[in-house]
This record gives sequence, C-alpha cells and structure tokens, in this order.
Amino acid sequence: MSVTARAAVLIVAFLCVVGVVVFVALYYIGSASQLPTVAYKASDGQVHVVLQEDPGNNSTTTPSWVTYYTQDPTTKQWLHTTLFSVPADTRVDVTIYGYDGCTPLRNNYWGQVQGTLGRVVTVRQFDKNNHPLGSPVTTSLINSWAHCSVGHTFAIPDLGIYVPVASPNAQNSVNNLCGTFPCTPTSGGAYAVETFSFISPSKTGSYRWQCLIPCGGGFLNGNGGPMQTLGWMAGFMDVVAT
Amino acid sequence: MSSAEIPAPDRQQAAEHDSRRTWWLIAAWLALSLAAGLVIWFVWYPHLPPGDMTSSARHQQFDIAVLAISAAPVILGVFLYFGYVLVVFRARPGDDSDGTPIFGNVKVQATWIIGTSAIVLWLFVFGTVELIVPAGAGAGEGASPIWKLPGAKTASWTPGADDMLQVQVIGQQWAWTYRYPQFGGMESTVLDLPVNTPITFHVTSLDVIHSFWAYLLGVKADANPLVDNVAYTMARQTGPFTVRCNELCGIWHGAMTSAGNVMSQTTFKLWATAVQAREKADGVLAALPAYALTYDPTVIPQLGKDLVNVAGITGAPGYYYGPGNPVTP
Repeated sequence: MSVTARAAVLIVAFLCVVGVVVFVALYYIGSASQLPTVAYKASDGQVHVVLQEDPGNNSTTTPSWVTYYTQDPTTKQWLHTTLFSVPADTRVDVTIYGYDGCTPLRNNYWGQVQGTLGRVVTVRQFDKNNHPLGSPVTTSLINSWAHCSVGHTFAIPDLGIYVPVASPNAQNSVNNLCGTFPCTPTSGGAYAVETFSFISPSKTGSYRWQCLIPCGGGFLNGNGGPMQTLGWMAGFMDVVAT
Repeated sequence: MSSAEIPAPDRQQAAEHDSRRTWWLIAAWLALSLAAGLVIWFVWYPHLPPGDMTSSARHQQFDIAVLAISAAPVILGVFLYFGYVLVVFRARPGDDSDGTPIFGNVKVQATWIIGTSAIVLWLFVFGTVELIVPAGAGAGEGASPIWKLPGAKTASWTPGADDMLQVQVIGQQWAWTYRYPQFGGMESTVLDLPVNTPITFHVTSLDVIHSFWAYLLGVKADANPLVDNVAYTMARQTGPFTVRCNELCGIWHGAMTSAGNVMSQTTFKLWATAVQAREKADGVLAALPAYALTYDPTVIPQLGKDLVNVAGITGAPGYYYGPGNPVTP
C-alpha cells in the first residue's frame, strides 16, 4: 500500500473515531435535554410549585427507581421531570406530596428546616383511604431518627435551602404505599403533604437541587441510580427574569 | 583533525580560551541565578498561592518560593549551557571531522555527583522540616497525628485564651457540614472560624471518600468513612474562603462546595453561641447523635424500637442500611 493510501486510511479511521465520539456525546446531551422544564408564572406576586415524590415510577426502563414528579400548572398533569422555572425575586410556595416511605437521614442534621420563610414547613399526613391523620403541623425540625418520618429531602444548596420532606406515617404506611405512578391522593397509598415558602433569588440562573437521603436503592451507598440522574432525585430550578 | 593532531602551542591557547569561556559561563549563571532569586523572592513570592491567610497556607507559600529559588539555578544552568553548546560546538560548514573524543572528566563527574546529592539532601531536609514545623503543613495526618499544633484542649472555647478550636468536618454526597463539639455539638453548613486561634479539623465521611479542601486555608484532608483524619491550621487573616471537594464523588462532586469565613474571636463566639442556642431551641441538638470522631450511618440507635421491629422499615437489629446499602425496596 502506498504512503498516500496509508495516510488516507489513517485519516478516515481517525475521522470515524471522532464521529463516533461526537455522536455519543450529542446523543447523551440530546437525551438529557429531553426532560421538559415546567414553567411556573407569578400570580399576585407569587408562584405555586407542586411536586411529589414516589416510591416508583411509570417508566419502562427503571420502574423501581424512586423519583420526583413535577405538576404542570396549566394542565395539572404530572410530568416526569425535575426541571422547573420560577421568576426571580418572587415568593415561591412549594407543595410536596410525599408518597414514599420513610428512610432515616444519614445525617439527622438535615431534618432541620433551613432557608424557608420562618424556617418552618407545614406537614399533614393521610392514611391510605385519604383520611387526614391529625391536624397540620408547622415545625422547624422533622426528626427522622425518632419517628422515621422523612421520605426524602428537597435541597437547593446554593440558596441555603434544606427541607426534609415528610413521609407518610411509618406504622400506617407499611405495605400501604401507592403502587400506581404518578400517585394521587386516591390511589390507595398513605401519603403526607408538606408546604413551605421561600423567596427566589434576584439573580437569574440555574440552581441545582437534590435529595440528601441515599435513596438510590440497590446502588452502592444508596447514592447511585436515581440519586445521580436528572429527572429523578436531582434537578434544576431555573430562575428567570420576571 | 583530532586534538592529538593539534600542535602543542595551539592546544594550550585553546585550553586557555575554553577556561576563559567557562568562567564567563559560570559568572553569567551566577548573575542570572541571583537575579532570578531576587525576582522570585521580592516580586513573585507575595503573590504565590495559596496566599498567607493561615499558618499552613503561609508555610506552603514559603515552601513554593524556596523551591522555586532552589530550582531556578538548575533550570538556568541547563538552558545556559544548552545555548552555549549550540553556539560553540556546532559543526561549521564544510567541517566533516569527528568530534573530540571524550575519556571522562573526574572534575565534572565529581561536581555532578556532589551537586545533585546536595540538591536532593537539601530538598529532603527542607521538606521534612516544613512538614514538621507547621504541624503537618495543613494536610490530613490520620487519626493519630505525629505533629500537633500547640494549644489547650478544652471542653469549651474562650476568646483570648490559648484554647484549641475543634471542628469536625463531615462529608456526604454532596454536601459539607461542620460540627463544633465545644458548642454543644452544634452543626452548620458554613465553616466559620476565629482568627489567631489554633484549629483542629477532624475530617470524616458518612458515605464515600471525599476530600476536604479549604484552598485559602492551606488545608486538605481526605474524608474517609469511619476514619477520623486530623489536620491543623491557625488563621492569620479574616475574610471569606471556599471549601471544595477534591475527590471525585458522584454527579454533584463539582458542586460540593461550601462557604467559610474567618472572623474575629468575639464575632465567632457570638455566631457559634447563637447557632447553638437556635439549634437547641429547635430540638436539632437533641436530634443529632452524640458527638463522636466517626459515625456509622448504618446504625441508628435512636430509632424507636417499635419501628425497628416493623418489617420493611428497618432491619431487626436497628440497622437500616444493610450490606446492600440499602437494598432495592
């Protein structure tokens, strides 16, 4: 084979390798960007973000992964995404439906509510028949070690927001967790509803949020799978100009 | 024409010529080395990382300056001689003769061996001293540190005294928290420190291996689960700094940062006391485990016995995170 032919083969082979790498990278990036971003618009100077965390999900590939869902404010449909946007410098009222059972925090310090207005959350638990278990409780601490009452957490570290998300009553929810995803209050599982508020930052940008409970069951240290994947237990809150 | 064929008077003249050039070379090398040393010491040194915010950072800055000054003559000598041989020993046009045969040179060999040995010994002695004097140079020394920073170990911390401040650094995916045992074991997401105070960091992890890296403090220590890794420093200046994780630990490793502040001793005392009081009032202090040098997150003794015995919530012995850590539900 001549030198020219060999050089041509080498260049073609190199370009093929580059092409494969670029394809894989673009495919990966393209897959990640398929997650929809739910846009919450301000009304009367505040927005209402609604999330739920479930013990499973309605995907075909990884149905056993715990996950967050985000509610579309217009259609009220639950979207399997953890990307949402809120306007800057606005009061954000958050409601999280906790359908997943309790998991003790690795560091019980995260049971302390931080960064919300008044440093509190309001929690109410319901049984599987959608009956409330007592009155709503406003608290600055959910002690997951004493009562096993935290399902996950909602943390935006860059904003100093750390919120333990209440789980259904531990005794009441054993073998009574919702099994059809996304869950609803009438889908036959015990659950908890938690509300809190914070002021979105005036600086626009993407703020990551995550769960601080190692809830990636079956993975090393519980921090694999859903804990490491956008759209499941990690996401971004985009703060956009009003 | 070989050197053997050069007439004796010419050889003597050539030797004198070489000797003169050698001395010029040495003089130029000394002058350049001196100039480089002065530039490094007076111009570069004050701006070298990591700055002089703490005793350990100050020592690291000094170390880099000294090592740069030590290395400058070596690299200058190499480049100077490289340029010299390029000019002097180059083949002239039309000169196809062999080079001068080399039969060894005792002076050159002795100089080389003594010089390199001296450099290595100097680096060994300097490095050792600079590891010992600043009590580990801000690096994690493991659970039983050999070189300790002077300071009184006290149950509480008082401004103005020589009390050592104990700070526990807890890493987990993907956040840092800091525990202050001398303030009731209160915990914080920010690392506030008093100035002019000897500080002991107890670095540990609740899950995988992280690395506590407070760059401006000149402190870096691996955070290993079930290991108490001790590092020392003493802040010399007030101001903000950032803590980063320096061990790839998962998807949010790059975002595993936290803020820190070095403040006056009085301000620190006020801050720490206020956080302690708030966490006590909120019940956080009671909810935290008793302060220990390490924590096993698979064991949660506080979990109520009634819940422990409920299948599906915890394992029978009260351990939640079993070998599967946790297993698939």
